Amino acid sequence: MSEEDILQVIDVSKAFGGVQALLNVSFSVQKGEVFGIIGPNGSGKTTLINCITGFIKMNSGRVLYKGKEISNKAPNQIANLGVTRTFQIMRPYYSLPAYKNLVIPLLSPRARRTGGWRGGGKLGDRETVSIDILEEIGFERDSFVPYKLASSLPTGYLKRLELARCLALRPDVILCDEVFSGLSMSEIASMVPLIEKLQMDGITLIMIEHRLRELFRVASRVMVLNFGQKLTEGIPEEVMQDERVREAYLGSEKASDYI
Amino acid sequence: MAANLTERPERRKERIDRGIKVRTEGIYAVSSLQEVSYLILPRLVLIAGLLILPLLMPNLYWNSVISTVGIYALLALGFDFLAHYVGLVSLGGAFFIGVGGYTAAILNKSLGLPPALTIPMATLGGAIICTLLLLPALPLRGVYFAIVTLMYPLALKEIIVALNVLGGTDGILGVASFPNRWVEQYLILFIVIFALFGLRRLVNEDIGLVFRGVKDNDQAVRASGLSITLYKAIAVFIASGLGSLAGAYLSHKHMWSGISQFALDFSVIPIAATVIGGGGTLVGPVLGCLFLVPISEFLRAFGPLRIVFYSVILMAFIMFRSEGVMVYAQRKYHQFQRWVKV
Repeated sequence: MSEEDILQVIDVSKAFGGVQALLNVSFSVQKGEVFGIIGPNGSGKTTLINCITGFIKMNSGRVLYKGKEISNKAPNQIANLGVTRTFQIMRPYYSLPAYKNLVIPLLSPRARRTGGWRGGGKLGDRETVSIDILEEIGFERDSFVPYKLASSLPTGYLKRLELARCLALRPDVILCDEVFSGLSMSEIASMVPLIEKLQMDGITLIMIEHRLRELFRVASRVMVLNFGQKLTEGIPEEVMQDERVREAYLGSEKASDYI
Repeated sequence: MAANLTERPERRKERIDRGIKVRTEGIYAVSSLQEVSYLILPRLVLIAGLLILPLLMPNLYWNSVISTVGIYALLALGFDFLAHYVGLVSLGGAFFIGVGGYTAAILNKSLGLPPALTIPMATLGGAIICTLLLLPALPLRGVYFAIVTLMYPLALKEIIVALNVLGGTDGILGVASFPNRWVEQYLILFIVIFALFGLRRLVNEDIGLVFRGVKDNDQAVRASGLSITLYKAIAVFIASGLGSLAGAYLSHKHMWSGISQFALDFSVIPIAATVIGGGGTLVGPVLGCLFLVPISEFLRAFGPLRIVFYSVILMAFIMFRSEGVMVYAQRKYHQFQRWVKV
């Protein structure tokens, strides 16, 4: 555990009744890194994100953020510390236009304290700031898109809106729950540079992904979960050579056929 | 498929926003008298209509009905606000009325304060008491929250009777009344108008966006770094404040506060008014009360059959105009329809 570690997860366990969703999962993420979490369906990836961000109370284990314990804090407290998340099933405010969706996170104590998007000065007009963030994330500023109701936006924009909600909090860490899933190849192709840009801005990203090819383009390290337990961790190439990973995640055939 | 093609209608209805509506959404239109009146006229008609009501009433009895309409209108506003802007279904009308009513009566009787002081104090105090008592129920949603809000008035009523406190079954008698009937009626009408336009403004402010966010997607609000319990508590405070205000007014109007202020009418009629008036419009529930309360007075002549007629009217509305009068009226006002060739 070096000083560079921004997030440390230590022996986290969670059971739903008789189902052991997570068992003694430990890992740590360095500042500015893109860290991937992969594993078959039902292996506990989303549960892990829920535990870290406080949406589910873990049974045992600890989560340290910048060396301080955040385990079992309320989700809004954790978000205010700078650890934000996206939801796999998008959760926009469907009855509000896209830009008004962002006014809500901009009202949070953290956004008020840090003075809005890109530092310094007054928060100013929240709606202007939210349009700025939407442009940053790929909404065309001079089109109708930012002003459309969230319920009429296609999946690609809703996935971006999830990320935009995190960005409005000026986060240090974003936990992305399958931001590529449900997108077309061209939409993914435009998301990848976005992820790279966020990393350049110094944001640490933890990404759950099934789209391995795209994940491996951006992730520096990958952890594999299977049945709630950590199988292995390492750089993508090493992980995919691992015999246990092939069997658990991809079946027993050659992994490289699938990515 | 072939059969479908031959039966396809040759024309369909098309709904288009009126030009003025398109231009005036969210900005102030001062360009022409027509556009200004398009915005202001409906509001002006409503305000003038409400203020003229007391002058039109034939006798004292009907004047007192106006006050009753006002009381139910405040409860209906609170219900509509909680249900359609915060996502909390509240059956707490009786609870708010009872707490506000008893608070005002106690302040008036034991401290000798005049209505000008007891009503604001009971509004604030009642809102604080109701919010604190409902605090444990705030994580609940939908019907579960409704059950808790329904339980409190029932429980408080039984406690007052069983322990014989606060006047027991007799209630608190001899509460000060208003100076005259004009003060009595215009007070409640002004309060209703103020509450209506205040809430309309509130739901479009920043805090109103958070309320609507809580209704749409409370988990996303938590992920945005905001405490949903805090915002739900603020919303309940506002709604219970309106209810307590109505209760305090009721105590001074009847010069009496008693267990009948915990009657379930106060919980149920506001919901019926919201259904008739149109949920989510805020003005709809007020109009709903303006329709339902006098109807219920007219039907008094039928004795026990009253409730049958009442139910038939409600059912007819739910089956044939479930969106409510105001949703329908607003659509007609803002859009026009025309037939177009397919």
